[in-house]
Amino acid sequence: MNSIISSYCKIKNNAIWINGKELVIDAKEVDLTIFLTGLYRQINMNYPKFFKMDNLCKLGMLAAELAIRNSVGFDKLEKDKIAITLSNNASSLDTDRNHLKTIIDKIQYFPSPAIFVYTLPNIVIGEVAIKHKFAGENAFFVSEEFDAELIHNYVSILLNNNDTTAVIGGWVNVDGNEYDAFVYCAEKSNFNLDKEEYKQIHSAEAIRQLYN
Amino acid sequence: MEDLIETLKKQVIEQLNLAEIRPEDIDPAAPLFGEGLGLDSIDALELIVLLEKHYGIKLNDPKEAKEIFASLQSMSNYILNNKK
Repeated sequence: MNSIISSYCKIKNNAIWINGKELVIDAKEVDLTIFLTGLYRQINMNYPKFFKMDNLCKLGMLAAELAIRNSVGFDKLEKDKIAITLSNNASSLDTDRNHLKTIIDKIQYFPSPAIFVYTLPNIVIGEVAIKHKFAGENAFFVSEEFDAELIHNYVSILLNNNDTTAVIGGWVNVDGNEYDAFVYCAEKSNFNLDKEEYKQIHSAEAIRQLYN
Repeated sequence: MEDLIETLKKQVIEQLNLAEIRPEDIDPAAPLFGEGLGLDSIDALELIVLLEKHYGIKLNDPKEAKEIFASLQSMSNYILNNKK
C-alpha cells in the first residue's frame, strides 16, 4: 500500500508554514511561551488545558492542530486507526530543568506535580491523542538531528499494517527558547492526487525537503 | 476570611496555570472539581503543594483532601484552622 503526505505544518524562528504557505502571525515574540500562547489564541484553539502544558507539548499541539485542520478529510478517518510517531533531539530537557529548579533547594523543596508530569518527551503524543481522540499506535524517538529516513521507515511500517490508516509524524523539539517543529499527516492512498489540494507522495526525500 | 479567599483565588490561578480565568470568575462556594473549575487529579496534587508552600500545612491524610478541596470556601476554612 502506498501513502501520501496530506498536509504539514512547520513552526520555527517565529514563522509558521502550513502546506507551503506562511501563516501571517499577529505578533513577533521572542519569548517562546508568549509566542505559543499568541498563536493558540490566533487560531482559536479553545482548549483550556493548553495553558497547563509545557512548551514542548504546546508546540507539538499547535503544529499537529494546524496540520490536521489543513488536511482534507483527516477528521473523517477512524480515530482508533490514527497513529502518532514523533521525534526530537532534546527529549524533555527543557522541562527537566524546570523540575530541577523546584527540587534543588532542600529548604524550599516543593516539587510541582504539574511540571513533573511533563518530564518525558512522549507526553506530547498523549496530549495530541487526547485532544483529537486518536487511539492508534504511538512512538517517540530521540535522535541527534531530524532523521527523515527513521520517521519515514517507521510511519511506512505502521501504514502497511491493517490497524493503521493514517499517522501524525514528525519532529517537535524545544530547548530553552530554541524550538523547531515539523508535523505532517500521512495517509494510505491510491495516489489519486488532487491538484487543488496539498498532497505529496510519502517518501524520506519528500519529508526531508518539506522539513528543510 | 474575605481577604484569604481573594488571596487563594490568585494563588490557585497561578499555581494551576488557569490563564483564562480571572479571580472574579471564581465562585468561592462552587465545586473545584468536576463542575466549577473542572480541575483534575494533577491539580489536586498542586493544591496540596500550595497548602504546604504558602501556609505550612502538610496534608498527612489524603482522605481529608476531598472535603478540604471541595471549594475555595472549605479550603480557606481549613487554612484558618490549621495555619502554622
